[in-house]
Amino acid sequence: MSVIAYGAARASLKSSGALLNRNWVAMRRAWILVISGAVESLLFLFAFGFGVGALVGDITLPDGTTVSYTAYVAPAILANAAMMGVLAETSINVFAKFKWMKVYDGILATPLRPWDVALGEVWWALIRGGTYIGAFVVVMGLFGLLDSWWSLLAVPACVFIALAFAGIGLTLATVFRDWPDFDWMNAVVFAMFLFGGTFTPVEAYPAFAQPIVYIMPLYHGIELVRGLSLGQLGPMMLVHVAYLMALCVTGMWIAQKRLAKALYK
Amino acid sequence: MPNDNEILVRAGDLRKSYGEHEAVRGVDFEIRRGEAFGFLGANGAGKSTTMRMIGCVSQPTGGELEVFGRDPHTQGAEIRARLGVVPQDNTLDGMLTVFENLVVYAGYFGIKKKVAKAKAAELLEFVQLSSRAKDQVNELSGGMQRRLAIARSLINEPELVILDEPTTGLDPQARHLVWERLFQLKQRGVSILLTTHYMDEAEQLCDRLVVMDEGRIIASGSPRELIDTHVTKEVVELRFGPAHTTELAELALTLNGIGAQIEALPDKILVYTNDADDTNAALEARDIRPTSTLARRATLEDVFLRLTGRALVEDEA
Repeated sequence: MSVIAYGAARASLKSSGALLNRNWVAMRRAWILVISGAVESLLFLFAFGFGVGALVGDITLPDGTTVSYTAYVAPAILANAAMMGVLAETSINVFAKFKWMKVYDGILATPLRPWDVALGEVWWALIRGGTYIGAFVVVMGLFGLLDSWWSLLAVPACVFIALAFAGIGLTLATVFRDWPDFDWMNAVVFAMFLFGGTFTPVEAYPAFAQPIVYIMPLYHGIELVRGLSLGQLGPMMLVHVAYLMALCVTGMWIAQKRLAKALYK
Repeated sequence: MPNDNEILVRAGDLRKSYGEHEAVRGVDFEIRRGEAFGFLGANGAGKSTTMRMIGCVSQPTGGELEVFGRDPHTQGAEIRARLGVVPQDNTLDGMLTVFENLVVYAGYFGIKKKVAKAKAAELLEFVQLSSRAKDQVNELSGGMQRRLAIARSLINEPELVILDEPTTGLDPQARHLVWERLFQLKQRGVSILLTTHYMDEAEQLCDRLVVMDEGRIIASGSPRELIDTHVTKEVVELRFGPAHTTELAELALTLNGIGAQIEALPDKILVYTNDADDTNAALEARDIRPTSTLARRATLEDVFLRLTGRALVEDEA
């Protein structure tokens, strides 16, 4: 039976924009939450970049170039910030709206369709994630961590990370049953942050662990942002982009399917 | 105005099952423009499921359904654009204020902000919530939330308003306020479709109604027609002190031959009759002396009772 046909398998900009407007109206009284999310990533940058970076000094990359450790870690923390902002918005907030506050129950009785909801939530997550990214890049620039003009491309690169994790977050929000499931998510996210190539090149890991790292969405995000901010380009970047985009589309597709199944019963 | 001035909703052998459970087992009905149409039945009779199918948020598993002459399978969004829906649990947006609930909701219908704001103010006036415009939704009482849900359902100037148990759980005062508003809507020519398990609600508001039981329609017509067709003009209620259930069932047997039909309920016996005086005389002749006797006109409740053999459970399980 096709639930999709019921939701009409197309989303419109106007309809998803109406959801965007809803989130904007709901959030404008709670901007402090958004700001607190950005602060967390900046704290990471100070702790690891400047604290640990001062001890480590310069490191030599697998291709032989030498960079300061702070410049090496900063893009990874930027990538992490892009992930965290978006993931919090899509997974926890969407879950609360879906299961707790039943916000979508009312919305899907209107002309809006599950695809519109999924798309609207992704737009919103991009806006929220974008504010983190913007703030972070400005701070990186102030501390002289942006080595070339290429590094400005770190911003659009982060948009791909945000898209991927928006898709993943939406899927988790619609698949998770209860709050304890979020503990699992946090554990996985933290593992990605620690081992996704944030602090050391993947090549430093034992051979058996490397494939696991390659699966991690954050790894591809980090590599993309780091390559751009250090001015090291390569064909692998297209692979990273493709992987992130695939996650975004798949995540949205699963999420709208789950929404339709739960609410068009 | 659309040309299909007659039939807004047409269902033929409409069915819905959830796995093994058949919630709606083949119902047929037509709802016309301008009328107030009711679905009467106990909890679990299939009313809400039918409403959800008409509202295009639930997919039928069998039979035919047309809303505004369109097919909910393929044109759900187009149909929803012309409907106003008040679900049983309101589904108001708890993160928004009263006023924002209306304006944001208008956005889902593509209504421009300026128009939406004017419309929202007008509707809050209509449901007497203007003074609460800036409050959060969860600060409102149950009756106010329901009124807000009604206001919200009208934001797109719908051709048909669907209300699922509009006054369930409300106190008597709040119920009357809701009824009054629905009555005004009816006067304005808005088509209304509602479900209820309150007989007085159905009698007051509905031009035509169907009685549902266990997923089927067991009777249909105007309230007056239903009463004329299915029950006698009058009903005599007999109470026998503390006697109930089994004792009453036994007592009922001794009443054989009095009135047109006898119905033993847990707390009283109903005698359906066309002449209450005759019935009372017959009781006296048999030396049957109830502790109290009440003669009244037959109501929809009696129709339901005769058709299903049991009383309506008035409150949510």
